[in-house]
Amino acid sequence: MSVVKGDKIATRESYGNALAELGKEYENLLVLDADLAAATKTGTFKKVFPNRHIDCGIAEANMTGIAAGLSTCGFVPFISTFAMFAAGRAFEQVRNAIGYPKLNVKIGATHAGISVGEDGASHQCNEDIALMRTIPGMVVINPCDDVEARAAVKAAYLHEGPVYLRFGRLAVPVIHDEETYQFRIGKGEQLRDGSMCTIIATGLCVSESLAAAELLMEKGIDAQVINIHTIKPLDEALVIEAAKKTGRIFTVEEHSVIGGLGAAVSEVLGDKLPTRITRIGMNDVFGESGPAKELLHKYELDAEGIANRIEREMRGQ
Amino acid sequence: MDKLKLQKAALEVRKGIIEAVHSAKAGHPGGSLSAADIFTYLYFEEMNIDPKEPKNPNRDRFVLSKGHTAPGLYSALANRGYFPVEDLLTLRKLGSYLQGHPDMKHIPGVDMSSGSLGQGLSCAVGMALGAKLTNKDYRVYALCGDGEIEEGQIWEAAMFAGHRKLDNLVVIVDNNNLQIDGSITEVCSPYPIDKKFEAFNFHVINVDGNDFEDLDRAFKEARNTKGMPTAIIAKTVKGKGVSFMENSVGWHGKAPNDEEYALAMEDLRRVGEALCQ
Repeated sequence: MSVVKGDKIATRESYGNALAELGKEYENLLVLDADLAAATKTGTFKKVFPNRHIDCGIAEANMTGIAAGLSTCGFVPFISTFAMFAAGRAFEQVRNAIGYPKLNVKIGATHAGISVGEDGASHQCNEDIALMRTIPGMVVINPCDDVEARAAVKAAYLHEGPVYLRFGRLAVPVIHDEETYQFRIGKGEQLRDGSMCTIIATGLCVSESLAAAELLMEKGIDAQVINIHTIKPLDEALVIEAAKKTGRIFTVEEHSVIGGLGAAVSEVLGDKLPTRITRIGMNDVFGESGPAKELLHKYELDAEGIANRIEREMRGQ
Repeated sequence: MDKLKLQKAALEVRKGIIEAVHSAKAGHPGGSLSAADIFTYLYFEEMNIDPKEPKNPNRDRFVLSKGHTAPGLYSALANRGYFPVEDLLTLRKLGSYLQGHPDMKHIPGVDMSSGSLGQGLSCAVGMALGAKLTNKDYRVYALCGDGEIEEGQIWEAAMFAGHRKLDNLVVIVDNNNLQIDGSITEVCSPYPIDKKFEAFNFHVINVDGNDFEDLDRAFKEARNTKGMPTAIIAKTVKGKGVSFMENSVGWHGKAPNDEEYALAMEDLRRVGEALCQ
């Protein structure tokens, strides 16, 4: 399937499509789900490979353990459910049954962040990056568009060891060129050059941040924009280089400001190059029900909100 | 089955447990001893394994879901030839590969890291499913504690195993009737255990888990059971083989001091003498 810039696709769909594609090439790839195949889009894989799709029922803890067991027998299982259950409910299973023995299991977590929308706070996971990041050896990837998401699924398959992949429910614009895009775990990318400050964003906040940078330019603020798809291991060199260049960092994520991308960037710069950082995200609050776009607007995570926040900060208000 | 040979092997497994826990000054002797005959039967009689090839993809697998009884598993593995018996004395010590709970990355013969109760059975179910998906005929064994089955995840795993008709899976419940806070009937009774597994579509066998003839009958019956997983509910005596540890909650997670160690080894020496007569 080919996409062009500007198409709108939810990264959960990219996940399902990538699995169905990879399944042709790799026979040991299995997909596990917990009664959410229609929502996580692994149903796309199931249609092609019904015998390699294992529905575990509504039992995420057990699904996680089954995946661990399967991985010891030469399979590469992708466990799929909402971020709330993959990282939240099954945290200890992920930590002890997958993380501790460093098993080759991939966790495809969909419906992350407040862009889940109408389901409300109980299903809007703004804590998963923080949780997964603390597990030794866990790779944490939060792709920003369809091209990146599909590339990330393949990279996760090829990576030996546990990987947490974070996907969204909301359709988001494609910003990468499928022909030329090269994905490497742990490598961020500059999407826009700028001299006055740096916006480091992840997930769906990347395209919003790019649009925010244009709004800021109109107000005389020239912002660099960096996409960090791999939150762990973080591209420290790129972050430090940006801090050296502009001396003012804004992190933007659809996640709590505690423990996520903002924290990861703060830790690196705190250790290596103390720089003023403003963490933009969910400010230690739960979300609520509402259309995804209205929620992103209310919590200042859309282009306008991000630009307003950065302008206020830059003007010292 | 050579009953005397197994009894002698079980005695060595028990000695290893006491040596290891005494040396570590910590660990879980009670549940290791109650399951010592089960460990012995599995590693010396039942399982298709080769200590020289601990990673053979066609081997049978064992998951110690009640991972805190690692001294029992380690002693069985050492006595079976996976690693030197002397290494049992390094249990729980800094730098030793014999971690407090089973660690598959560093201990030859350990098929799954475990210890957080309730999780191991799911991993065993995954292994059994793996065999089915690849048409391999290896079998998978999981040992659970009777207190451990208070964990909800055990029943998620049981539901899945029954649903998928995993007849290459055997769950053994070490029913020694005691958990840390008291008897399982006092704390939060999982009884009737057999009826619960039956309700989850298991073939259930009740046995005396400290009797090799009973174990032999049960594992053979499990092997001949098709179309459903088997649960062996093994009635055991916690602390079995060491008189002052038997049926005592206090010996769940405590190491014997030097004096108690000498008494325990004397008990086991006498058992050995009796076996040689």
